[in-house]
Amino acid sequence: MSLVPSPSVAPAPSLARPRSTHALALLARFAPLIFLLLLMALFTFLAPRFLSSPNLFNILRQVSIFGIVAVGMTFVILTRGIDLSIGALIALTGLVAAVVAKGGIPGRLELTAGGAPFAWYWAALAAIVVGGVAGALQGVFVARLSVPAFVVTLGGMTIFRGLALIIGNGGPISGFDESFGWWGRGMVGAVPVPVIVFLVVVVIAGFVLHSTRYGRSVYAIGSNPEAARLCGLNVNRTLVSVYALTGLCAGLGGFLLASRLNSAEAVAGNQYELNVIAAVVIGGTSLYGGAGSIAGTVIGTLLIGVLLNGLVILNVSPYVQQLLIGAIIVGAVTFDIFIKKYKR
Amino acid sequence: MTQIGSNAGTVSSGGVTPPEASFLDLETLSKSFFGVTVLDRVSLALTAGKVHALLGENGAGKSTLINLLSGIHKPDGGSLRLDGETVELTGPNDAQKRGISTIHQEFSLFPDLTVSETIFAGRLPVNRFGLVDWRRIARQTTEVMQQLGAEIAPGRRVADLSIAEQQLVEIGRALTLKSRLIIMDEPTASLTPREVDRLKAAVRALTAEGVAILFVSHRLEEVKEIADSFTVLRDGVVVASGDIADATIDDLVRWMVGRELLEEDRHHAASKLGAVVLDVEGLKSRPRSARSASVEGVSFSVRAGEIVGLAGLVGAGRTEIARLIFGADPIGGGSIRLNGEAYRPKGPGDAIAAGVALVPEDRKQQSLFPSLAISENFAAAGGVPAGPLGILRRKAEKGAFQHFRDRLKLRSAGADAPIATLSGGNQQKVVLARWLELKPRLLIVDEPTRGVDIGAKADLHRLLRELAADGVAILLISSDLPEVLALSDRILTLRAGLLTGELAGRDADEESLMRLMTLPKAAA
Repeated sequence: MSLVPSPSVAPAPSLARPRSTHALALLARFAPLIFLLLLMALFTFLAPRFLSSPNLFNILRQVSIFGIVAVGMTFVILTRGIDLSIGALIALTGLVAAVVAKGGIPGRLELTAGGAPFAWYWAALAAIVVGGVAGALQGVFVARLSVPAFVVTLGGMTIFRGLALIIGNGGPISGFDESFGWWGRGMVGAVPVPVIVFLVVVVIAGFVLHSTRYGRSVYAIGSNPEAARLCGLNVNRTLVSVYALTGLCAGLGGFLLASRLNSAEAVAGNQYELNVIAAVVIGGTSLYGGAGSIAGTVIGTLLIGVLLNGLVILNVSPYVQQLLIGAIIVGAVTFDIFIKKYKR
Repeated sequence: MTQIGSNAGTVSSGGVTPPEASFLDLETLSKSFFGVTVLDRVSLALTAGKVHALLGENGAGKSTLINLLSGIHKPDGGSLRLDGETVELTGPNDAQKRGISTIHQEFSLFPDLTVSETIFAGRLPVNRFGLVDWRRIARQTTEVMQQLGAEIAPGRRVADLSIAEQQLVEIGRALTLKSRLIIMDEPTASLTPREVDRLKAAVRALTAEGVAILFVSHRLEEVKEIADSFTVLRDGVVVASGDIADATIDDLVRWMVGRELLEEDRHHAASKLGAVVLDVEGLKSRPRSARSASVEGVSFSVRAGEIVGLAGLVGAGRTEIARLIFGADPIGGGSIRLNGEAYRPKGPGDAIAAGVALVPEDRKQQSLFPSLAISENFAAAGGVPAGPLGILRRKAEKGAFQHFRDRLKLRSAGADAPIATLSGGNQQKVVLARWLELKPRLLIVDEPTRGVDIGAKADLHRLLRELAADGVAILLISSDLPEVLALSDRILTLRAGLLTGELAGRDADEESLMRLMTLPKAAA
């Protein structure tokens, strides 16, 4: 039996992908950005003042606080987790910041003799530390005790809201000094301060996630936890840390919100978790873990900000706004799954 | 016997046409992904009551062909003819309705259902009250399993069955679906020899019923025994096809790899053995659930430059020993010395720091990060140390990967491509590279060539030998006895968590190993 010898050259794979699948992959990648630009074009067409620079900065200011928390949430979702407690944590940490800034709770608690106020940085630090500790505690339940993140943070949501109600005793704590208020209401040139804080958080988080060993372990654990463990990664510690990070972000957000409103109360940050999770998911971070980016989260955040702002400008009822956001979350995830299927 | 040059890409039937009318004809099927042609004008015919073997290295296009036949993918060109009529499969359900069932490598079973629920999933028969007719289901399940020569109680939970039994259940399901073609993708990959015999019997029972079978396997001895005819694919092109009786195993191997495999030199000289690297004394696992294998106190050592094979049937505790040494499972008793020092890892991190590496048995579940790029998968265990502040050195990682790419003959797109774009063999090379970059002193490889094509297997074997020559201590776990025999300086046999024997590699043969693996110590 003789075999016609075949040349041992491998068939040269043609370098050009067929245009359709290539375009589809590009579309999938840039879909959130394209949708954002389309939405902005639409609002500009319907209400020209949408595109004015005061309004654009207004949008940025509005999204900066939940954007900061969305950055933390990106880490959690990358590990296949979820954190529903952040809205309540924003309220709690805002109150903590307020109490520290006031030197106590008027009539109930004095932190210093005579209730002398602390400087803004002590207030900010207290809020961030409380947020970080609260997040880390939840992380311990998720990582070490393997309680589903959904359950842990659902409980956390109620607990933190309860603590906030206890501290606030049902009412707001308001009236802080200038330097405290600058962080939420101040401007550097034309740029609101919270927007700058948001940008700083984005840049740091983006760098950590893309360029450090820690960031890669977050992706690896979300992609395949068992393989990550067998690669010597400390899965539990990393899991605890992502919840702690989100808590830190919520603490920073709580401080900024109290500063912006010149007031903290237990009902603050209500339903923030909805917008935050929506921003992360719309930005392309996979709820199955292991894929996503901070850049995507920023676009998702802007998308929600633009949508809310545009709807207000167009006088759309807040009830309808909620409906639209929900529809967009489902739409974004459906689109993502559809694209993944089609690409194969 | 048909022989075709792959560059021609056309099939000349060589004058031999099967006398029987074929059930399914594939005519010049083509398929490409992302512009890369995976199948190029492939034609073959499947006949009722006959077993057709589909051979080829990983990446040759076998999986794609299976996916075309089972309706998962649609061909870009060519046609399928069923009983002489051109059809277009619209999806897996359509394929199933037309009588084509596929038993995939990774089973689609529902672990919590019973055997009979699985066999009748989606079409449970009902009695005249519209209630599920459990008695009929149990009876039919028993009948089907008997037809396949298997005794599996219809009420057992699928998760409690062995892989071989699960496979028979899947075949049973295909039978009750009145399938006329059953595609078996690597059915014997993880079976013991006895289970393989049972599968062969089941295949014979199927062909006697007039079912056509497309049998995909890397184990050529089995193919020779089971198949009537064969097709060899290489790089998406049919390079040879014909009656299996006309081809020798050497022919098949040559067609698959497209080059002569070097006669494997069986043992390397044992003179260059160094100091004892691993010394295990009375190692025990912690008692766990009844279903997982346990280690009941084993003692052995591995020297630098030595390859020690660990042979045993599935469930003998081979993988468990590896996991204990690697710190993946808690140690229940006994002691381990590494390079003469006491060693008790609390986790894989400790093991890695001590110079131990483990290539786990299940690539998909335990090694790969599906959403990460090839280079990130390579660097996942930290082989390329990060810079200050834990900042990754991506350039250095890619450089290190490039080095392995040449050394391992890794065929891949760029290092930034997703890991899923690689074939199984190339994925395994990436995993091995991940661990080699850590320069381990003890390398444990668990089923290193499972689901890997012959060419990549030879590459991996060569690499393991080179590593041993460089002084790495290697513990090799494999169900593939020829592999254990080809590579090991020493072979330990394991049964039910205990060592039953030790053979020098050159004295061992499959028979003696099998005896030690299957018999209690006293009888051996």
